Amino acid sequence: MSTPTPGQTVGPFFGYALPYDGDSELVPPGSPGAVRLSGLVLDGAGQPVPDALLELWQPDADGVVSRETGSLRRDGFTFTGWGRAATDHAGRYSFTTVAPGPTASGAAPFFALTIFARGLLDKLHTRAYLPDPGADRLLESVPAERRDTLVARPDRHGFVFDVRLQGEGETVFLRHARD
Amino acid sequence: MTATSSDTAATTQAEVSAEIAALSRAYDDAGTTEERVRLDYPPYRSSILRHPTKDPHHADPEGIELWSPAFGHTDVDPLEADLTIQHAGEPVGERMVVTGRVLDGDGRPVRHQLVEVWQANAGGRYLHKRDQHPAAIDPNFTGVGRCLTDGDGVYRFTTIKPGPYPWKNHRNAWRPAHIHFSVFGSDFTQRLVTQMYFPGDPLFALDPIYQAIVDPRARERLVASYDHDVTQPEWSTGYRWDIVLTGAHRTPMEDA
Ligand SMILES: [Fe+2]
Repeated sequence: MSTPTPGQTVGPFFGYALPYDGDSELVPPGSPGAVRLSGLVLDGAGQPVPDALLELWQPDADGVVSRETGSLRRDGFTFTGWGRAATDHAGRYSFTTVAPGPTASGAAPFFALTIFARGLLDKLHTRAYLPDPGADRLLESVPAERRDTLVARPDRHGFVFDVRLQGEGETVFLRHARD
Repeated sequence: MTATSSDTAATTQAEVSAEIAALSRAYDDAGTTEERVRLDYPPYRSSILRHPTKDPHHADPEGIELWSPAFGHTDVDPLEADLTIQHAGEPVGERMVVTGRVLDGDGRPVRHQLVEVWQANAGGRYLHKRDQHPAAIDPNFTGVGRCLTDGDGVYRFTTIKPGPYPWKNHRNAWRPAHIHFSVFGSDFTQRLVTQMYFPGDPLFALDPIYQAIVDPRARERLVASYDHDVTQPEWSTGYRWDIVLTGAHRTPMEDA
């Protein structure tokens, strides 16, 4: 096993490099089944983080993991399952997508999210489960009082999922077994 | 010339260097090995309110996490790997090739996967609206590139060697010259954003972002090597830098 290359912060100047036209629109807004996944990224003082970048990776509504290319130049028809959204001046991000389906029978559907920001020295991984996720191995392994940080709440356009980097209500971030 | 006015400007490099030295001594005394960058590294002031305080929760990757998004020739034009041909004229500075392999934690090449880079120009200036460094913008250099790794996991960019640049972490703070890299693996848990540095940079010891990797050997994994075999006659210098991701969770047999 080779030793991994360490991460470094995405820094303050990714904004002209990583975002691109259509980055946060996994499906066209207004298309059948389109929902919004949005939220705030907040720091340890509860202040919005206006220079964060989130990446979303998810199965389609039937739980199928897309192997399609084309996320960087969307054709408006192909669901690639991946997108990217920078936060705005108010710390808000927003994706247009579909609700993910279960990847296995009985699995609780979730959005996989990665978070980068100026001041954040490495990526963070988390999951945003759909509301009322039911039985799930990972959720059950998280202390009950922190479980809610992994579950999106509904709003009239879809789902809201806030990311708290630090402090009260700190989001549960994940480290995978082989990291 | 004094160009900074932020509230961190009162802290001197000597004070920040003393903090870095104290954390380095504490690491040596602990006798453990840390391969990752620390998230909690107070000499990098912006990290103070932006690092999680709780340990990450261990998770077995499931479903979508066992896969990565796929990128292909519909996503990336091969010309995007040359950052020196995006405008009418030649950019100012030292033309260089940077190349290497993207490998997973088991030494397997990460094939046909996306690599993105962004960087300052030769004078240390980004083409970002919030970069206030009073160095020249180069009309022939944007500083953004993309490529796909080949069947051996090899990436290759032609660019200009970036300059060091000042920032406002403390008074007279300067970043060592670097290129930002964004890399995908074969599963999403391997996602990496990092920075590549150049050998022998005198700013290494002073930089709280680089020093946030407290293990000296782990830090050195971010430093490219000058490689005369990559250098091309009458054309460009050459650097080599391999990127190693964490272990993939899917076995190669599962890859189509
Ligand atoms: Fe930078």
